[in-house]
Amino acid sequence: MTTTGATAYPTRVPRKWDRPAVARLDRVSKVYGDGAGRVTALEEFTFEFRQGEYWAIMGSSGSGKSTLLNILGCIDRPSHGDYYVRETRTADLDDDDLSELRSRELGFVFQSYNLIPQLDVIENITVPLLYQDEPPKDGMERAKMLADRVGLGSRLTHRPKELSGGQQQRVAIARALINDPALILADEATGNLDSKTALEILELFDELNAEGKTIILVTHETDVGERAQHLLRLRDGRIDTVE
Amino acid sequence: MLLPTLSRAVKLGIRSLMLHRLRSLLTTLGVLFGTSSVIAMLAIGEGASAEAYEQIKQLGSQNVILRSIKPPEMTNQASTSSSTVVVYGLTRSDERRIEETFPAIDTFVPVREISQDVRNLDRVASPRILATAPNYLDVTGRMLVEGRFFDAEDDRTVANVCVLGSEVARHLFPAERPLGREVRIGSSFFTVIGVLAPRVRLSDDPAKAGTEITDEVFVPITTGRKYFGELTVKNRAGSREMEQVELHELILAVDDADAVPFVASAARRLLALNHKKRDYEVVVPLELLARAEETKRIFNIVLSSIAGISLLVGGIGIMNVMLATVTERTREIGIRRALGAKRRHIVLQFLVECVVLSVVGGAMGVGLGLVIPIAVEYWADMRTIVTPLAPILAFTISAGIGVVFGIYPAWRAATMDPVEALRHE
Repeated sequence: MTTTGATAYPTRVPRKWDRPAVARLDRVSKVYGDGAGRVTALEEFTFEFRQGEYWAIMGSSGSGKSTLLNILGCIDRPSHGDYYVRETRTADLDDDDLSELRSRELGFVFQSYNLIPQLDVIENITVPLLYQDEPPKDGMERAKMLADRVGLGSRLTHRPKELSGGQQQRVAIARALINDPALILADEATGNLDSKTALEILELFDELNAEGKTIILVTHETDVGERAQHLLRLRDGRIDTVE
Repeated sequence: MLLPTLSRAVKLGIRSLMLHRLRSLLTTLGVLFGTSSVIAMLAIGEGASAEAYEQIKQLGSQNVILRSIKPPEMTNQASTSSSTVVVYGLTRSDERRIEETFPAIDTFVPVREISQDVRNLDRVASPRILATAPNYLDVTGRMLVEGRFFDAEDDRTVANVCVLGSEVARHLFPAERPLGREVRIGSSFFTVIGVLAPRVRLSDDPAKAGTEITDEVFVPITTGRKYFGELTVKNRAGSREMEQVELHELILAVDDADAVPFVASAARRLLALNHKKRDYEVVVPLELLARAEETKRIFNIVLSSIAGISLLVGGIGIMNVMLATVTERTREIGIRRALGAKRRHIVLQFLVECVVLSVVGGAMGVGLGLVIPIAVEYWADMRTIVTPLAPILAFTISAGIGVVFGIYPAWRAATMDPVEALRHE
């Protein structure tokens, strides 16, 4: 473990080595194109994210953080190496199985909220359940509970365009929680929000983490990165620093 | 499990389509017109062929009808020299020759046409006056509304009796029963002994075919010859036109349906041998029936091609719109894929939208398609028949069109790379 300047940030905590890994990358490489236009976005990347940890991933553009997030989110596959979600080796899964894995084990929060415009709040929250092979029976109740949890209990039938950015992002977070995922992946989740709303969202992440959720947050804002328990800096597709 | 999934997909599909109301409506219209044109065309085709069948059946399928027609070159000649007598048509020697040639023929019914006015007091009608044999009724299958047709006795005694067509009867006797009353034909008086039911005319000449004939008066052929001779004089706007025709029509009733084509072709050859000009026609209901079958077949092919093309255009419309929609909703597809949608979920989603469009269009098209034939009947005075199969067929095809033309856009949506799709603006 590298701990460059970790003492400077009170949020940094010891890693939870006793917990099982929820996402494990084993010498993962991602290569785009071939020949002269060959770009290596990730190179021999080996890392473990453990249950209950709250990570921020930072790096300049082109450092591979988006590629890493796509692979962690199972919407992209490594060119080489293995990626495990809990005990499942994703290389063994076909497209359908991978989709099922996403709908069960992963929660996404995007920069631009990415709610589905023709669906109302409660429907947006339940979308991941629709795609599970055996959706839980109490999906609706869970969705209502989560809407309450993120403070939108009174707006269940509103459409996304009737909500503010912060509210939309809250819906997106509720959606990311509906399947009780192993891993919540947030991609610049506060990037489109004003600082006050951004702070609210970050506080929500803190709370979720306190409840035991594993969160990986990609950001380029230093103060957002500093809030997380751990910070992973990338450079040129490799690990630069780990705090 | 499947049913709720599907009903949810349909609800969602409708909602997505409602995001672009005008676009969805226009797409639906394409299917609507396709479907309704299928139904309407089938109805019109069915009606036309049913009409033809009925006309043919009225002529009697075992008859061969020889008819005198005025050759076109004679019409010109008559107009230049106004007082010559034009001689054409079938002759009694034709009849005799045919009679000798074909023992298979049961009955010969000669028909002469007389050009005279028919009067009751001051009411005048100018119907076709047909002088014919008593068995005319049996051979042509025409029906009497009341009274009787003249019999062999009337024929032998050259009786002054006549049978009126229903229209003539109505015209001459608007307020009373014509039976037993007298009408004046030319300068002689005839007792009305029967009234005929209307029927439809059939001819080789499409312009003449299909008109209803009810303005006819029948007299015994002997009586006709006695009073009116064989010279027909038509007074027309100052000029007189004289024609001499021995027989206007000769109906050959063949006792065996299999012999009809043979009799027909032999009659044609026999007449061709003895007539220099083409002043006759041979109408064979059985041949017409076969021709009507063929026409119906071609008609159906043409109509269904046209209808098929309009449905195809509707389908292309759907595909076009769905391709645009898929591109437009690339991001939504990316989101759904990221949230766990499998390819089949995306296919189902877009396919359902296509099917909703085409089914709604198809249903409205069935509605319109059932109205069009009524309108056609009302305004164009054409007969139409909507068979129960037509709407079912049209609806099924239109729904199928939605599936067929939806598959490609849906497949395109499903095979998008989620990463790319999420990046799409």
